[in-house]
Parts: sequence; C-alpha cells; structure tokens
Amino acid sequence: MGNSILSVQGLVKRYGNALAVDGMAFDIAAGECLGVIGPNGAGKTTTIRMCLGLTVPDAGTVTAFGRQMPRDALAIKAQLGVVSQMDTLDPDFSCAENLLVYGRYFGLKDAQIRARIPGLLEFASLSNKANAKPGELSGGMKRRLSLARALVNDPRLLLLDEPTTGLDPQARHLMWERLQLLLQQGKSILLTTHFMDEAERLCTRLLVVDHGKKIAEGAPRDLIARHLEPDVVEVYGAGALALADSALKALAARVEVSGETVFFYTADAKPLLEALASQPQLRTLHRPANLEDLFLKLTGRQIREDA
Amino acid sequence: MTMGKAMNPSIWRAPELSMRWWPVFLRNLLVWRKLALPSLVGNIAEPLMWLVAFGYGMGALVGQVRVAGTQGPYILFLASGSICMSAMNAASFEALYSAFSRMHVQKTWDGIMNAPVRLDDIVLAEMLWAAFKSLFTVTAILGVMLSLGISHSPKLLVAWPVLLGVGICFSCVALIFNALAKGYDFFTYYFTLFLTPMMFLSGIFFPLEQLPSLVRDIAGWLPLTNAVALVRPLFMDQWPTQLLRPVAVLAVYTVVGFWVALALTRKRFRA
Repeated sequence: MGNSILSVQGLVKRYGNALAVDGMAFDIAAGECLGVIGPNGAGKTTTIRMCLGLTVPDAGTVTAFGRQMPRDALAIKAQLGVVSQMDTLDPDFSCAENLLVYGRYFGLKDAQIRARIPGLLEFASLSNKANAKPGELSGGMKRRLSLARALVNDPRLLLLDEPTTGLDPQARHLMWERLQLLLQQGKSILLTTHFMDEAERLCTRLLVVDHGKKIAEGAPRDLIARHLEPDVVEVYGAGALALADSALKALAARVEVSGETVFFYTADAKPLLEALASQPQLRTLHRPANLEDLFLKLTGRQIREDA
Repeated sequence: MTMGKAMNPSIWRAPELSMRWWPVFLRNLLVWRKLALPSLVGNIAEPLMWLVAFGYGMGALVGQVRVAGTQGPYILFLASGSICMSAMNAASFEALYSAFSRMHVQKTWDGIMNAPVRLDDIVLAEMLWAAFKSLFTVTAILGVMLSLGISHSPKLLVAWPVLLGVGICFSCVALIFNALAKGYDFFTYYFTLFLTPMMFLSGIFFPLEQLPSLVRDIAGWLPLTNAVALVRPLFMDQWPTQLLRPVAVLAVYTVVGFWVALALTRKRFRA
C-alpha cells in the first residue's frame, strides 16, 4: 500500500508450543480506522505489543512511518499514541499532572505540554476535573484521560486496545464521538474491541482474527454481505429447539442452535415467518444480519476454555 | 527476514541508556514531593530510636570503644555505622517495595514504555531515585547527629557523597530482587535473610574484632562492612586507612548488581 503508515507482515509469536500469533499481516492507511475483532486469546494484544516493540516476534516485520521495529522503536513511538487495556494512570497525580508527566516522556518541554493541557482536558470532557486524581474519576473519565494522555505528543497513529471495555453506554458513546473527531482530524487508529456496534460504527475496515490468524478482512458491511445471508430469524420458547430439525429447515439457508434459541439465516424471511405464525407459543425476532452473526459464524459459538 | 538471535537480543547485552531516565526520575520526585514530610518522619524516626536507645543506653555501659587505633565514645561508633545502615535500608526499601508498586501493581512502567522510553532508562531512573531517597534520609539523620553534637568532623562533608555511593550500591542489589519478585512477601526474605544478618556482621553495633576470624573474613566481603570502613573514620575526623579495597568491593557490588538487575528485569518484561 502506497500510503500505509503501519505495515505488519508475517508476524509470528510462540509461547512454548502455543502459537499466540501465527502469520499476522495487515496495513493501516493514513486516516483509516482499522478494527481488530476476535475472541479473547486470539492474539490481538500480543500483536499490538509487537507493534510497540514490547514483545519480540519470532518472525515477521513491523514497519511504521517508513521505519523498522524494533530497531527504530523510539522514533516510531514518538509518533504513536497508546491506550492499553488496563489504565496505567498515575494515581498520585491530578489529571493535569498526569498529562504533564507523560508528555515529558516524549522529551517535550514543560511549557509546550502546559500549553496543550487545557485543550486535551477539554477534548476528554475533563476541564472541570483538572485537579482531580484518577481515583476520584468514573471509569469513563479514566478512559478518556488515558486517551487524552495518548494524544499529548500529537501522534499520527493511535493504538487502542479495548478502549471502551467496562464502560456504560453513555461513556461509550462519548468515547466513540471523540474517536470519530480524531479520525476527522486525519489521525489513524488501530482499535481492538469486543463490541460489534463499536467496530461497525468506527472502523473503515475490519480484521477478524482467531487463533493468532487473520480469518477475514474487509469493510464491515461488505464482510456481512460476503459471509452471511441478509436476514436472521431468532426463535425461542417452548418447543423451539425441535424446529431445528423440522420441515422449516428448508425455508432457511442455514440453521444454528445456541442454548434455547434457534437461528434461521435466510435471504427471504417471509415464508418462514408465515409458517412460524401458526405457532403462537414461540417467540420470534426478525432482524438483519449483523457483525455479531458474522463474528459468531467465523469464530464459533462455544465459550473458550481460556475465556 | 533473519530471525532468532538478531531479533531476540541477549538480556545480558550492554545497557542502552539515554537521558530519558530523567523524566522518569522527575515523576518519582513529583509524587514524593507531595508525601515528603510524612515519609521523612517514617524514614528517620526508626534509625534515630536505635541511635538514642543504643547509643545512650548501651553507651553508658560500654563507655569508650577502640577502633582501628582510635578511642571514641560508643555513640560515635554507633552513629557512624548506623548511618550506613540507614542508607542501606532506605535505598533497599525504595528499590523493593516502592519500585515494585510502580512496576507491577500500578503498571506505571508499562505506561511509560508506551512512550519513547526504554526499559533500561526506567531501571536506571529507579536505581538513582532509590539512591536519592537514601541520600535524603541520610542527610536528615546527619542533621540530627550534628545537632546532637555526636560528631563535628569537617570530614562529614566527604561522608555525604560516600553515603550516596552506598545508597547507589544497595539500590542496584535490591533491584535484582525487585526483578525476581512475584509479590511483596518476597522482600521479607531479602530483609530477614540478607540485610538483617548483614547488619550484625558489618561492625555497626560492635567492632568486627569481636567476631571469630572465619566470620570476620566473610564479613569483610559484605557491602555494608565496606561502607562502614569508609564512613566511620570520617566521623572520627580521620581518613580511611584502607581506601582501595572497600571502594573496589562496593564498586563491584554496584556494577554487577546493576547489570544483573537490568538483565533480570529485561527477562521479566520480555513476554
């Protein structure tokens, strides 16, 4: 890719006999938001750590801004902003001090950082919390402070590892709004998430990963169109499970059972819905196929042992 | 691509240091400035209690002590040894419990390493920070000793940088155990199995000559013994009779300690 600002090729990481990352490859173009979705243990965080030069790959290359990881790690990180899964805010510092101290790690002058702090706090909707310590902040505020901290060096690329996990809907929506603002400003984002609506809303392109490998890649809508029937009818209630092996099966392209619910995937839901209408004890939900369906189709419905 | 060794350099490679240790040091300084006063009280109260209880209490029984051909009051003997112990304890405590909190509990180091700062610089900053805190404690205790009139030797001015060196030495050694720790409990072993015995074997409370010759020979290689050998004469307004050996022993503990600490910390973070 000509305007690729981060390029990952053939990345492999083993822990003992286990392959955590197995030939991962992707590019991020300037101004793009690339989402990485996959079950826990799929290798998302390990991949990000290798992009940061914190974990040494067993094979493969990471190139960013035309420089090579890990050789040019410091020069690359000077242009990166990172929000890791766990907050690493300094509990003893106020919000403003957290930003000041973090900016110094980039070699920025105090005057330069102090000039940026009001804007960063405003961006994080924390202007009135400048002197509050992280312990006094809500989960959403802490994540936004982490995001503001990641912006202190005005990075070109943001690496965000599950930035909204554990947040309530209001806090999540505010985070999305902020990330969209950053994209409008021309920043690039690599985002891992477990929220399909987040991935669909923010990401121009998605990577579905499992067992350390990329198993699908594309724009969210394209991926759904490519891998799934457009309609889903969910059926549950007394006797629903029996439907999975009934004549109704012929009315759907694909049938899946999960727990007490039967999922019918189809291009034309009408005949199916009409047939189901004769059984009022069943509860049905007709909806368009979404990313979650895609995710579950590609990675399976079973709970992983390590999840 | 060439893999293996080229991509996975040895943990024993030379330290890669830059001035980026400074913002990390400043970070610790900024936290400490908020808590300096209570931490100072905690740091100097205990050593002073030892000094007063033993110095005046035991001192009355012991009277004069003769060390290396010089006669002096017991409290002077004790003060010159226990200040080395305070340097050791302050540095060790900071490089163990406090550094471990930042490294493991608060994940402060992980946050820093997402910025352009190497692990090597963080380890250096933590080492110098622990040494600085030790020097601060030592300075406060020296101030109290001066005001109590225990020693007025002008050579105390030389003792001050020597004690900084002692702090650096024990910070380096302590960071090895920081790198190995799974939890705070681990440090109890370091204190009870290493530092406490050393306290009794390094001529702080009684002259080394009281020990059997074999124990004395072993004690001669302990860092604290060598620190006392440098500092005590300065308290008595004399120059150390032996300079090269204690400086060399402390230097070896410092350099080897830092190198091993860095290698083991790199290993810890290599995942």
